[in-house]
Amino acid sequence: MNTITCNTCGHLNKEGTTICEKCGNPLDNDQKGKLLNMRYDGSSIRSKTKNRSIIDKIWNFFSSVKIGVTLIAIALVASALGTIYPQQMYIPRSVDPSVHYRDQYGITGQIYYQLGFHNLYGSWWYMILIALIGISIFIVSIDRGVPLYKALKHQAVKRHPNFLKRQKLFGEYKDYSVDEKKLLISKLKENRYKIAEKDGHILAEKGRFSRWGPYVNHLGLIIFLLGTIFRFVPFMYIDDYVWVREGETTVIPSTNQEYYIENQEFIFETYGEDEEDAVFEEALQNNSGPVPKHFETNAVIYQDVSDDIVGTEAELEEIKRGEIIVNEPLKINGLALYQDSYQLSEFESMSFKLHETTDEEEEAIVEFTVDLTDPKREYKFENGYRIELNKYYPEYELDDGQPRSISNYPRNPGFVFFVYGPDIEEQEASFLAIGQNIPSGDNQYKIGLTDFSVRDVSGLKVRKDLTLPILGLGAFIFMIGVIQGMYWQHRRIWIHQGDEKLLIACHTNKNWYGLTKEIEKVIEGTSFKMVEDQENKQKQD
Amino acid sequence: MLDYISISGGLLYTAFVIYLISIVFFAATIRDKRKEKQFTLVNKLAIGTTILGFVAQVGYFITRWIASGHAPVSNMFEFVTFFGMMLVFAFIILYLIYRIELLGLFALPIALLIIAYASMYPTEISPLVPSLKSHWLYIHVTTVALGEAILAVSFVAGIIYLIRQIDQTKITLKTIGLEIIMYSVCATIGFVLITSTFSAMDYNASFSYSVDGNESTLNYHLPAIFGPGDGELLTENRMEAMIPTPEWMHGAEAPRKLNTLVWSLLIGLGLYLVMRLILRKRIAAAIQPILKKANPELLDEVCYRAVAIGFPVFTLGGLIFAAIWAQEAWNRYWGWDPKEVWALITFFFYAIFLHLRLSKGWHGERSAWLAVVGFTIIMFNLIVVNLVLAGLHSYA
Repeated sequence: MNTITCNTCGHLNKEGTTICEKCGNPLDNDQKGKLLNMRYDGSSIRSKTKNRSIIDKIWNFFSSVKIGVTLIAIALVASALGTIYPQQMYIPRSVDPSVHYRDQYGITGQIYYQLGFHNLYGSWWYMILIALIGISIFIVSIDRGVPLYKALKHQAVKRHPNFLKRQKLFGEYKDYSVDEKKLLISKLKENRYKIAEKDGHILAEKGRFSRWGPYVNHLGLIIFLLGTIFRFVPFMYIDDYVWVREGETTVIPSTNQEYYIENQEFIFETYGEDEEDAVFEEALQNNSGPVPKHFETNAVIYQDVSDDIVGTEAELEEIKRGEIIVNEPLKINGLALYQDSYQLSEFESMSFKLHETTDEEEEAIVEFTVDLTDPKREYKFENGYRIELNKYYPEYELDDGQPRSISNYPRNPGFVFFVYGPDIEEQEASFLAIGQNIPSGDNQYKIGLTDFSVRDVSGLKVRKDLTLPILGLGAFIFMIGVIQGMYWQHRRIWIHQGDEKLLIACHTNKNWYGLTKEIEKVIEGTSFKMVEDQENKQKQD
Repeated sequence: MLDYISISGGLLYTAFVIYLISIVFFAATIRDKRKEKQFTLVNKLAIGTTILGFVAQVGYFITRWIASGHAPVSNMFEFVTFFGMMLVFAFIILYLIYRIELLGLFALPIALLIIAYASMYPTEISPLVPSLKSHWLYIHVTTVALGEAILAVSFVAGIIYLIRQIDQTKITLKTIGLEIIMYSVCATIGFVLITSTFSAMDYNASFSYSVDGNESTLNYHLPAIFGPGDGELLTENRMEAMIPTPEWMHGAEAPRKLNTLVWSLLIGLGLYLVMRLILRKRIAAAIQPILKKANPELLDEVCYRAVAIGFPVFTLGGLIFAAIWAQEAWNRYWGWDPKEVWALITFFFYAIFLHLRLSKGWHGERSAWLAVVGFTIIMFNLIVVNLVLAGLHSYA
């Protein structure tokens, strides 16, 4: 490896060093007279010195701030593109995206879809872009952070006079007393500077930790990004859904049949029911439908404690009971149940009676009840009648004159009954649905709806996300790093004990205005004149 | 209950008037010709009235909270008003540190305009849907508003810097850029003027038209320049729509929104042209002389300092608190909802701002232009995302 020998102390410095690590003599001979570049304290930065192998080239690419900023800018533009039209997850699930975007948004919608922008944030190139930003953050932090850490850890108290002379704030003093120097040092201490002394040379320093701020916040971002990758590890992340009817107990999906949930009651309230809602009257009138106020599921969670053998009955043991409310999920073993959706007044059962068509009193010959979640095929009666449930449509709809069911949930049930009896030759068919009762022909008997019961169904999201603590930690470290780097400054004051003269130089990584104010405070009451701002002086010259 | 509502409305009105008065005082401090900078009676009156106005607005906030039972940050009117209040708050803090009167002369009119803009939206108290019922509503929303307001102060400092520094002797891209900003302000004033004028006249014109095959009616509160495509005027004695809204504009209310936008732009253009005629030079060029005394380095410092404070506050409120709440309410901490994406874009943008400034030495003019762009992004997220790119956060 190439080295640079310091011509004053003879120390061997790494290639690319601009300030001698040992004595502080500037090594950038071509820059004489100008202010020293104090970035990274003049230490050798890998990306600025090596550019031979392919690894060097990749390293240098990612450690460039310019590249980093460009990557962020590309991510910014790409993210904005994704908001022009709704992403696929926000369009109705039942529609075909290839048709939907063209129909809704015309030719631009079609282009949007064909470019894959309807799923932009999950696309391979967007993920690669974010990953590149992550790599850039990682490499730049190592490239700059490590040399800076080393330089500051091993910094010498005594610095070469040339080092001091080329600082932005600098002063030379001939006539001063030893007592005044002592006073100066004690005043620096009062201002919470840490003082190091060697042969009369002084280094006063404070706020060094703020130099780590950028590296700490980058670390936080890297932890966060890693956390988002962990989501793809199967056991870290569960996303499922369960519908539970009132009074029902059902297994919670994605739990290996271990947990069950019972919906004891579903409560649903809208605005306008209470007197205290009077204040919202005007807003409610402007709204077309009722506004939901509160909904919750009173749930009981059970654990299956039976031996884990296939085919054994579940033995349920209650482990938790409570309300699941929006914003207040119920948690068991890292698994959270969120109140997500609901289906009000789903039919539970319907009761019918059979009577003679001509009977105006509609006296019941037989009566029966159909359990809509588990209907029987056939209902037999002692008086010889038999009713067959030939067709059952839980959510009935007419499609081109043909009945069909659009879901398996009994929201609008439709039935085809066949009636058999001692005085019926073959059978009589009837079609029944809400508000409809259609006989197949000249029926002798008629079936009528006598009663029904409804219940609410609660839709619960089943979530487990073990990546959350990692993300939280990353975000927390990021904030700490931003605050650490942003609100404190690293200030240093060097006092060089020359043979006749005392040299004083000051440096801060930012907020020079604040440093100037502080120095003014420190020299107050001493005979030391204010240090000069050499940058301004150079400008004026 | 109803009493609190009227007290609350009265306090907001009071705050508005007091802010107007403090603008006059701030203007008076600028006219002070003395060279030595002094903290005189006028300065005291200026900041004193500002604080008084702020206290009145806090009173509005508290009484409205009591009346509605929830933090009044749940719809467009409430949020934008709160944003205006936070802008005044951020200005007061930065004024107490830096003592720049010019900052007040620019920040307060912008805050006033924002509050006036807010009150063009429905102001009645609206109920909260279950997903908004959480203490995270006010933790998240207030932190976001505060962060955005502090970032807005960086815009204010940036715009003063630009008006002062940019050479107005010839037309350049920069002077055009400044005039575009001036015109945007005019268009916002235009929106407030036209909306409040026709609302005072109780203007209402209904059109029947079809959306996705369903007959529907759309109420216009401004005369229809752009009417709904194949719409039919139902109200008597009202102007017929002049131009049908192009078909590619979607959404049931798109024709009305387009109409309002066009009206605002036209009135804004009128205002801008009248001002140009009176001043006989570019508006920014007319403002420039009164900024002579301003110290550009200090303005640059305020511009940066506001970002340095605003960025972490915004990140905390707009991304971290937002994610925690989203996890509680919608069981996902991030959902690529347009509002969320634009918060991320804001974060990206100010990250770029800080990197360019701290590592690449982008100070002064470049930094000021970036502050202007940043504010544009914030306003885009506040207005366009809510009104056009509807999502979970669209309140209006």
